[in-house]
Amino acid sequence: MRIPIETFRLGNGLLVTLSEDHTAPIVAVNLWYHVGSANERPGRTGFAHLFEHMLFQGSEHVEANEHFELVQRAGGTLNGSTWLDRTNYFETVPSNQLAIALWLEADRMGALLPAMTQQKLDTQRDVVSNERRWSVDNQPYGTWWEKLPALTYPDPHPFHHSLIGSFEDLNAASLDDIAHFFATYYTPDNAVLTIAGDFDPREARELVESYFAAIPRGKGKPALPDMSLPTTFGGTVREVVKDDVSLPRLYLAFRSPAFGSSEYYPASVAGAILGMRKGSRLQRALVREREVATDAAAFTFDLPKGADILVVDVTARPGITPERLEAEVTREIDRMRLDGVTQSEVDRAISLIGTDFVVSMQQASERADQLSRFATYFGDPSFINDQMNRYRSVTVEDVDRFAATRLGEDNRAFLMYVPRDDSENAESRDTAGTDAALVTA
Amino acid sequence: MTTAIRPQPGPAREYHFPSFERRLLPNGLTLLVAPAHSLPVVTVLAIVDAGAVAEPSGQEGVAHLAALALNEGTPKYDGEALTEYLERLGTSVGGSAGWDSASLAMTVLRDNLENAFVHFAEVLVTPTFPTAAIERLKGERIAELMQIESEPRELADEKFDEYIYDVTSRFRLPLGGSKQSVSNLARDEVAAFHASRYQPSATTLIVVGDVNVAEVERMVSGELDGWNGSVVLSSKANDKPVRTSRAVRIVRKEDAPQSEVRIGHVGVPRTHPDYFSITVMNAVLGGLFSSRINLNLREAHGYTYGASSSFDWRREAGPFVIGTAVASDATVPAIQETLKEIDRMRAEPISDSELSLATSYLEGVFPIRYETTAAIAAALATLVIYDLPSDWYDSYRAHMGAVTVKDVLAAARAYVHPDSLQIVIVGDASAIREPLEALAFGPVDVVNP
Repeated sequence: MRIPIETFRLGNGLLVTLSEDHTAPIVAVNLWYHVGSANERPGRTGFAHLFEHMLFQGSEHVEANEHFELVQRAGGTLNGSTWLDRTNYFETVPSNQLAIALWLEADRMGALLPAMTQQKLDTQRDVVSNERRWSVDNQPYGTWWEKLPALTYPDPHPFHHSLIGSFEDLNAASLDDIAHFFATYYTPDNAVLTIAGDFDPREARELVESYFAAIPRGKGKPALPDMSLPTTFGGTVREVVKDDVSLPRLYLAFRSPAFGSSEYYPASVAGAILGMRKGSRLQRALVREREVATDAAAFTFDLPKGADILVVDVTARPGITPERLEAEVTREIDRMRLDGVTQSEVDRAISLIGTDFVVSMQQASERADQLSRFATYFGDPSFINDQMNRYRSVTVEDVDRFAATRLGEDNRAFLMYVPRDDSENAESRDTAGTDAALVTA
Repeated sequence: MTTAIRPQPGPAREYHFPSFERRLLPNGLTLLVAPAHSLPVVTVLAIVDAGAVAEPSGQEGVAHLAALALNEGTPKYDGEALTEYLERLGTSVGGSAGWDSASLAMTVLRDNLENAFVHFAEVLVTPTFPTAAIERLKGERIAELMQIESEPRELADEKFDEYIYDVTSRFRLPLGGSKQSVSNLARDEVAAFHASRYQPSATTLIVVGDVNVAEVERMVSGELDGWNGSVVLSSKANDKPVRTSRAVRIVRKEDAPQSEVRIGHVGVPRTHPDYFSITVMNAVLGGLFSSRINLNLREAHGYTYGASSSFDWRREAGPFVIGTAVASDATVPAIQETLKEIDRMRAEPISDSELSLATSYLEGVFPIRYETTAAIAAALATLVIYDLPSDWYDSYRAHMGAVTVKDVLAAARAYVHPDSLQIVIVGDASAIREPLEALAFGPVDVVNP
């Protein structure tokens, strides 16, 4: 399977990727802006995400909420999302509606500010505050995705602070911040555009040029501070959180090689051997055989700059203490680190990853998003067609080397959630108190 | 720099739902095959008339447990060996149960289909249900129920169903069973449920993807020819509401920063003749991002991250429910705005623009919904479960486009009942109880999770 790819760049720097597929009369439009929470200035945590909300509040020729309405009226689906290092916006529409999707994206890239008002900002601040309550504060374990980056990327690394932001910082955001952020980051030379699905390439190119070419290039963005980090944490890092949860859950993170690097693929395979599906080590040993966990998984954040993290996420069975859970998970990690993996385990992992990849490529939106990812991170969307070869070239020795160098006590971050009522018992452990990251070598 | 001129759509390219063929095997098994060759992927989905509504009374959760445990062992292989073998082929075979049916599914690369299907067939027909595996899965289900007690969204959904249905309705209890019912399930009950319900005549095997009909027929006959059984009668759930007057229940979660709110009542069955007008009505009321309830609660008032309404479609009437999460102090205002929108929906016709937004959306997204083999298989499963005609998807868009403003008003008046609305809120009872009582919507009670 090869994804067809054609790229060109407009005079203003916008990198455009076209990927034709005429299976169904639908087309996906996908824009990645190379800006995320990492680019926020101190005192403005959560701003990149709040800004994403503002992009749905209209632009010079589009009324508030009309963006959603026009795409849905065209028979399309749409949304946006914000991550540590990028923000994306996407629509999938019937193929005869490609022009309206491109026009809408161009209008907000070219002329967002005339539509911005204090009232819209205030309302979206309330919406985002409620999103924070819904997805973080009123959700069991919901704080993990701000606590884990905080634990694993040392302050002031750009990935350290909260992506959704604090109420205080959200309240401080102003229209001036909007104007400044827009001028700095929402420029064609800081974006990539992908069109995937059923379209005529000549017509698509003409549409892109007519809507986007006149948008001026940006004046450059401030460089991020040095993102590089040592290959390990240099110790074991811990945090215990008392939360409104029924069962203990451990997030165990390891600093791991940056997404897309040659060392990334062995790390990803190691993660799949540990936690992908029922045949993985953690599921077999902890869920099926020893019955100490109800579920186990492993995943990477897929960050291409500095360092990534590999995360193992295991929930205890009722009656299993946090100490026991931690000991059982640690035992499996040590087993992989000391004894290595087998060819059969590597084969299983690559086979599952390969199926998932082909299955995901059935959707135009997913093809477009992955093409944008590689275009944004590496300047070359065709990396998508190398991914499975890179996985298939991973050897047992590669995985063993990753495990030996990255899974040791010098590179572990334990984020343990314990039920509030049981937390008195849990405190007998060596880590006193909560909300404190303490490093023991 | 940007142009004010909005582009107009070109002519729409024709789209047809993938064509499929139906075969009836001598043992009564139905086979549906939909070739789709864009990528080398195949989805196999068995739909069995063995959902939760078919459970014997007192064995609530047995359908879910039986479906989950299918892959825990066969006479030839134990669960671990099956998992290992299938995952090395890049796939897994997973069972689950819904209200009206159970399913077993796998998505696999074309080259591995035949090898994987041998095990798929074994798992479907000859599961051994080892006692140790059943006890482990029961423990996992009980852990899941404990988790739900501290998870406001699912807790609100569960408590809403429990609050609105008749005391003898299966719909009152969670699909996967309650702590008590699951604890009491015995391995032999699981095996007996499988033996009685998993019959070839009660099963449809759906195969979608990079295959042709003849090869699938050969493959399926080869593995499943020897599967014989008896006829099973479909069960019918009691879908009566427990009361028809308004009432409010608060499920206590002290210090919760938000109220998870559910407002609604027992809805209508999936096979209702007014399905299309109900669907359009719901889209305008709360089904779309640009729906009245979402624009009001989120975009006008900033009360919430999102608010939506839905009809949960089942063979018998599932819930009609509006759901949102709002800050505790916005609980009553958000409920008042929602009630206003319900009344407005029934009082006057929607605008032509609202109608065309809903219908053009529902017609337009139709091909986007069926890009994957798994999605096409699920769509075919819907035909099977609700006994819909074979041309259902071919005529879907025409039916949707034929809904009028009058139909929508009639649907709102007939199927949304302001006088029998039930409200369930998971939230900080000490903060919201008094304002809710002052609202005088209906009697308010407070319970623990």
